[in-house]
Amino acid sequence: MAEWLSDNRAIFALLTIIGLLIAFVWSIRVGVLQTRLRARDEVFGDPERTKGGWYWAVCGVAALMLVWFYFSWGAARAVFPNAANELCQIAKIGESLAPISAALPVRSRYLKSTTLAVRNSAQLEALSTSMPEGVFSADEARRLETSVDRTRQLIALLSNPEFTSQATKRSLADVEGQLADLTGKLEAGPGDMMPSPEALTQSRWGTSEVEIPMLPMTSRGVMFDHVSAELVDVSKDFLSIRNLSPRVEDMIASTAELINSVKKGEPQVDLDENGAKARKAYVKAVERIFKRIDDATIFPAQAMEGINNAVAKLNATVDDAKGGLGIVEATFFPGQGIVKSKTQCTEQGSGRWLPKPSDVVVTFVTLANPDMSGGGGYKGTRLLWWKWLSIADVVGFLFPDSIVDMLPGDYGTHGVDGEFQPTYKDHMLAFAQGDVYLGSVPMLDGHIWDSLFRVLVAMAFGIMLGVPLGIYMGVSRLFKSFFDPLIELYRPVPPLAWAPLILTIFGIQDDGKIFLLFMVAFAIMVISARTGASGTQLSKIRASHSLGATDRQILRYVILPNALPEILTGVRISIGVCWGTLVAAEMLAGTTGIGFIENVARTVSDYELIWVTILIMGLLGLLFDLVMRWVIGKLIPWRGKG
Amino acid sequence: MSDLICRDLCMTFRDAQSGAEVEALKNINFELKQGEILAVLGPSGCGKTTLLNMVAGFLNPTSGDLTLGGVDIEGPGAERGMVFQQGALFEWLTVARNVDFGLRMSGAPEAETAEKVLNWLDTVGLQGFGDTPTYQLSGGMQQRVALARCLVNDPSLILMDEPLGALDALTREKMQSLILELWKKTGKTIIVITHSVEEALLLGERLFVMAPRPGRIHREYNLPFAEMGLTRSLREIKQEQEFSSIREEILTMIWDMEEEIMGHG
Repeated sequence: MAEWLSDNRAIFALLTIIGLLIAFVWSIRVGVLQTRLRARDEVFGDPERTKGGWYWAVCGVAALMLVWFYFSWGAARAVFPNAANELCQIAKIGESLAPISAALPVRSRYLKSTTLAVRNSAQLEALSTSMPEGVFSADEARRLETSVDRTRQLIALLSNPEFTSQATKRSLADVEGQLADLTGKLEAGPGDMMPSPEALTQSRWGTSEVEIPMLPMTSRGVMFDHVSAELVDVSKDFLSIRNLSPRVEDMIASTAELINSVKKGEPQVDLDENGAKARKAYVKAVERIFKRIDDATIFPAQAMEGINNAVAKLNATVDDAKGGLGIVEATFFPGQGIVKSKTQCTEQGSGRWLPKPSDVVVTFVTLANPDMSGGGGYKGTRLLWWKWLSIADVVGFLFPDSIVDMLPGDYGTHGVDGEFQPTYKDHMLAFAQGDVYLGSVPMLDGHIWDSLFRVLVAMAFGIMLGVPLGIYMGVSRLFKSFFDPLIELYRPVPPLAWAPLILTIFGIQDDGKIFLLFMVAFAIMVISARTGASGTQLSKIRASHSLGATDRQILRYVILPNALPEILTGVRISIGVCWGTLVAAEMLAGTTGIGFIENVARTVSDYELIWVTILIMGLLGLLFDLVMRWVIGKLIPWRGKG
Repeated sequence: MSDLICRDLCMTFRDAQSGAEVEALKNINFELKQGEILAVLGPSGCGKTTLLNMVAGFLNPTSGDLTLGGVDIEGPGAERGMVFQQGALFEWLTVARNVDFGLRMSGAPEAETAEKVLNWLDTVGLQGFGDTPTYQLSGGMQQRVALARCLVNDPSLILMDEPLGALDALTREKMQSLILELWKKTGKTIIVITHSVEEALLLGERLFVMAPRPGRIHREYNLPFAEMGLTRSLREIKQEQEFSSIREEILTMIWDMEEEIMGHG
């Protein structure tokens, strides 16, 4: 079932897109009608005007989803499921032609020969004025100067069409001719070319590990594929061409000899260590530039004209042969299109880093699948499931063994028969260590639960300790003045700045993260409870005194409920901050949790998984806030009405 | 008898920063018999709220004696109930829970408490509102809750700090009748602080007009109108010749005091 859904995701995406388009248009229509209907009743600026308007929410969500479909190429895949395969074949031409294009002003602004000549000439110029003094004898210096000069001359020889040999010219013309032949093939059209049966059984775009099917699935694709295969050889031919002529060869040989004579020869002056280094470096620099020139790949500008024109013609013909595909590519493939590199065709730009909505759903379903042997879960942990939790483990965790040590009496010893004779303390120890079976309870499990658990435990401690302290700080000068500096000193430090320290002290398991989150929650709870407590109206306190309440009763029955709105707001804020801190802390260290998944996904550039974790975090954060709003509405209905 | 006796009461405030001393009250002497209703009137800054807070036990006098039923007043207590201008209700509790607050805190038996609460809600005209949250009530009804909350504790002295100051004229008149009714019914000693001369004349069996700098009792009246208000409509009483003449006299008196303050200031 899931596989079938996955294989047909393009169809579902198409249906979804159509639904979204209808929703978008329809919601705008409803919105405009409603706006007209109400225009008379409301003046601008009336807060009532912002109430309702669910249709605009529909409109906004639909628009967002459509933008997502478009920029993730989800729309392209839904409407033109074969386009990527054909574009891949065209990308193959681009890849095959790359060695030739690189020499031409096709991708860059200048001929590669121009760039080589200009850059190396400038470096030679710099070299000739920066020869270190005192490390070469006069003879050596002269030889090096000559070397630099000859390299310069070599560039000039290579650039001059007069010195281009007939053989070189023939080779270039040959490449040009082959390019023209291939252009002709493209112009002739696919004819009766047919995709191979193997190609037709490939999994479709985006349904397997191989993102885009490689073998051509259309006759046009087959044509592009053939041309690209032949282009590989043409490119090889082109790369093997050298601009060699007798004069050039002589110049290369003599210059190499000259440089070598200095390099290999014993220094003719006395050198200290630094001098020897400077000498070596200079000779090396001269040689390095020479080596860039001596493979004779600089051609005269005029010599490249023919090939340049042939490549331009070929590219234009490819564009023509694309036909409607060109328009599809321009409109439905925002970003850098499809690029072929060595073994695969990949999506570039937003198509790459913004996964398609349907792929996100598939990734999420896979991640949420509790059957781990069937590929569900992530790194040995399910996303969200349940398990049997041994009560003994919890007891073992909560009960420190040292409590048993403090009990009166001694631990057992071995008796005369060598058998161990346990005392009651040994039984207590087994209990405290969680070795006594106490039954099991069902418990949530998985990455999401691990993250939630950390936040909830930290919040529980933060509330239990923070609220009483905050209340006392709100009513007591001693508490306020004593704790204020402590809390105000640690609170402004961003939680993530604490993270490395806390995680080092407590370890990367739950306790470190929980303590970090506790610090966050505690400070917020203290401050909110304190604000709430100190904001109690004096008349209410006085009224309670006059009604005979004791100080304790006033604290419990007047100040605490009075601070409840602030406390709950504090809970709401600290849950949000804890959630944010937690994900970052999980990214720093740990083996479970939502942040952990995202961190691993980041290291392997799994954009779909990254987005799935982002969406999960967003939705859970939203859920927290909705729950808190509901709780606030239930617990403090008097808020804002007092 | 639990009379309120005030002997040479002085209150001096010291400004924490400048160290300047302000004599809020100087040599206040009066006796209030059980069941009397006293209205205190005066321009702002004459120390009438200070006086009330000392009787309530929120402030300690600098010197002088303050006794209720022969016992020194030291700190707030349930025998001196207080009603504030804004009700000071606990908005997280229902009307009934507000009213039974004092009894709950002292641990009175529940059944008895519930019955008392019902009776008092009836008396102040809030039958059936027991389960209503207080934030849903109007200002006048909130003040009725505050009265009931105070009365259910059965204090021997009731202190009212401008209890009707925030109410509209109509509600105010109804509440004035209610206060007189409650006074008659319970026979409690009541001190009412007010800004309104009319209210002071209507509610006060006795009336102190206080003067500022230092705060002192400037003039004392014994008035018949509170007694009249038990049987006649308050509007009728306001038409009385005697009522108008005393009102004018007091208004002039307070006006002069304000002038004097302005002149000195």
